[in-house]
Amino acid sequence: MSGAVVSERTAMPGAPAETAPLAAAAPLLKVDGIHTYYGKSHILHGVSLVVGRGEVVGLLGRNGVGKSTTLKAIAGIVHPAQGQVVFDDHPMLRLRPHKVARLGIAYVPEDRRIFRYLTVLENLRTGLDRRGVDRAAKARLLDKAFAYFPRLAERRGQTGGTLSGGEQQMLAIARAMMLEPKIVLLDEPTEGLMPSMVSQIGEIVGALGGEGVAVLLVEQNVPLTLQACRRVYFIEKGVVRHHAMAADLHVDHPAIHQYLGV
Amino acid sequence: MRGERRLLAYWIGFGVIVALLIVAPLVLPEFWRRFVTEILIWGLLAMSSDILIGYTGMVSFGHSAFFGLGMYGAAAALTTTSPPSLWLALVYGLVLAAAVAACVAYFSTRLRDIYFAITTLIFSQIFYVIIFTSTALTGGENGINFRRPLLAIPHLFSVRFTPAVLHWFVLGVVVLSYLLLRRITQSPFGMVLQSIRENEARTRAIGYAVERYKIVAVMLSGVFAGLAGVLYALQNQFAAPDFVFFVVSGEVVIYNVVGGIGTLVGPMVGAAFFLLLREAFSRVFTEFYLIPLGLIFIAIVIFMPRGLLGFARRWLNS
Amino acid sequence: MSVPLDQVLIQTLNGIVTGMILALVSSGLTLIFGIMDVVNFAHGELFMLGAYVGVLTLAATGNFWIALVVATLVIALLGAAIYLTTLRPLIGRDPLTTILATFGISLVLQNYALWQFGPVSRKIEEPFTGHFTLFYLDYPFYRLAVAALAAAIIGGLWLFLKYGTYGIWIRATTQDRVMAQAMGIPVPWVLTAVFALGAGMAAASGVLFGPLVGVNSQMGANWVLRAFIVVVVGGMGSLGGSIAAAIFISLLEAYASLWFSPAQAVIVSFVVLILTLLFRPTGLFVSTPK
Repeated sequence: MSGAVVSERTAMPGAPAETAPLAAAAPLLKVDGIHTYYGKSHILHGVSLVVGRGEVVGLLGRNGVGKSTTLKAIAGIVHPAQGQVVFDDHPMLRLRPHKVARLGIAYVPEDRRIFRYLTVLENLRTGLDRRGVDRAAKARLLDKAFAYFPRLAERRGQTGGTLSGGEQQMLAIARAMMLEPKIVLLDEPTEGLMPSMVSQIGEIVGALGGEGVAVLLVEQNVPLTLQACRRVYFIEKGVVRHHAMAADLHVDHPAIHQYLGV
Repeated sequence: MRGERRLLAYWIGFGVIVALLIVAPLVLPEFWRRFVTEILIWGLLAMSSDILIGYTGMVSFGHSAFFGLGMYGAAAALTTTSPPSLWLALVYGLVLAAAVAACVAYFSTRLRDIYFAITTLIFSQIFYVIIFTSTALTGGENGINFRRPLLAIPHLFSVRFTPAVLHWFVLGVVVLSYLLLRRITQSPFGMVLQSIRENEARTRAIGYAVERYKIVAVMLSGVFAGLAGVLYALQNQFAAPDFVFFVVSGEVVIYNVVGGIGTLVGPMVGAAFFLLLREAFSRVFTEFYLIPLGLIFIAIVIFMPRGLLGFARRWLNS
Repeated sequence: MSVPLDQVLIQTLNGIVTGMILALVSSGLTLIFGIMDVVNFAHGELFMLGAYVGVLTLAATGNFWIALVVATLVIALLGAAIYLTTLRPLIGRDPLTTILATFGISLVLQNYALWQFGPVSRKIEEPFTGHFTLFYLDYPFYRLAVAALAAAIIGGLWLFLKYGTYGIWIRATTQDRVMAQAMGIPVPWVLTAVFALGAGMAAASGVLFGPLVGVNSQMGANWVLRAFIVVVVGGMGSLGGSIAAAIFISLLEAYASLWFSPAQAVIVSFVVLILTLLFRPTGLFVSTPK
């Protein structure tokens, strides 16, 4: 794992020259050259990317290249040794995860990690007890969650651990929505799910984007990513190596084979 | 080569310290002579504990049981046989300590981490209660008093245990124990123990019978702790249940952590430091010396995670 | 050896009373362990200092109930202070260090009490006296009141955890600290609050128990070991489990003291612990955690 950052991206981090400039407005999220370590292992070697307001952006790559770590670094769960993360013009290094969440970043991890011994309703409530959210607002948010996920409404009194994998994923996303976030970090939401659920996830991601909530989607499912996202980054060995508009990519594109192929 | 020079420096330092200790009873007043002997004994106990805590990664609060039973074993030999024999005291003490160690060893293979630690703590309490309440057998809370035996090898020589002779005997036993334990921890066996401490699952995956190693580690630790108990009995000529109380185990762990675990020498340094500090504080603060002592201990735990030895090493290296 | 029925009955009541106090002390301990993996060796000293604060407040105000409330609040603050200065810096380190740190704290607190209050036991007067007759024996009302109060406090705790806003925060943090933070829950404050809560409960137990025994600097040490056994036997982190275990063990000990001396009856709890660890290490009374 060398430290040399050789990226095939063009001049400005994250923005290919041939597309409509999104740098006119300041990006919602800007990740700039972050390095992380796990003990002595150098995991991220200078990752940089941007996400615009309300934009759905994908992060593709093989297992173990640092996709999850990138999301964790943004969420404040992992502290980068170098580099900067700027969200909504706030520099965010060294911020604790709960402050990050309150700034408007919601994190939905791999394996969902819902609170297994809390009920569905209680899981949702963990995101609701924030300052500035009165009872009416809480009720409204809950109603919205149940409208999006009727299955959860049916199961609202059940404990999280008794839900199926797909239901847990829905709960994880619904829970994140309770934070009224400006951006949702989704880590491999379709992993281990049935095809019918996969397309549902795709719809939800689209709905989030439609509501003006940005999404940074880490995935290995290429068709879903290309369909849901506007732009896609490719990560390899802890560095962003390529960047393209989703519209310019297709499942058999050479970049896909290069960064995701076996 | 730097490694060889460091080893040489180490042995020279070791030699100097041993020489000082040999001379000690000749120059120190009796109170301090006794103090130094006690440091050696507690140091041995702390070293035995380091085998488990520092090298195998098994935190044990049960060393007061091994220590106490070594003490009572020696007491049993010295009060029941006539004439009282040093070697019989050693045998009784070590056997009793080994028996307890075998029980604890059995549990060690089935329990992990905090459960093991609490179980060892309970063990020392069980023995404490048994000893405390079996007044007929053990003298209950008053303990047992006895005379020192002679330092004798039948048909060869026989010497009385004067304070100086006792000190040299203890010094000899402790130095030999240290060298032996050092040899063991640096042997392949010792390496496996440390590997268990680092990552037990991986050690097992490689193919080592982790349970067997743990059992041996506990037995080894227990026997040397029992040895310390026998020495203590010889030094003080009594055995009392107080030494089996779990707080003693706590103090031993303190010596380990303060000195630096996994170093063998560290625990000895920790014992010396702590006992000296206790002596100093009890003069200044009378009977409430534990308050400042406890605060210093807490500060060391927080700010010097590798103990005094680790701190000294970092300071020397920088 | 046949034992008269009235003795058995008395011991049953004693066992329940002691068991409820033990349950109150242990619930604080299990709450703390469940949420932050800290084995709080100093818990017995918080119990003891609570009793002493109770003594002082009672002397100043003459009212037992005020003393109970004041002691709980004061020791809860002390608990928060201890957590912030000594345990928070140790987060993420080897668990051995927290055990040692709390052990050190218990030494300091115990000797501090000895220094401030001296070796002579103090007394807390019961808020009300009176017995009721059971068969031909007198059993003090206060003892039953203690059991009832302890049960009420534990019940209140349970309700709070299940239905209160911050109760959900505590349960979420206990289950998954990282995700609780990711949901905006201020985990550092939750941890401090839980430690304070555990300390407060220990203090309340101390005041409640005070009239039944003398208040001295050693009283905590006796309880700490029993409380640990209860927490392990009940399933570490399980509130319901430790309550059941507390009553179970106390009843067994009470019955055992019919045949053995109280000093020896203590072995009962040790044996129960060892058997539990051998055959049901997750806990004898494991109900749904939290």
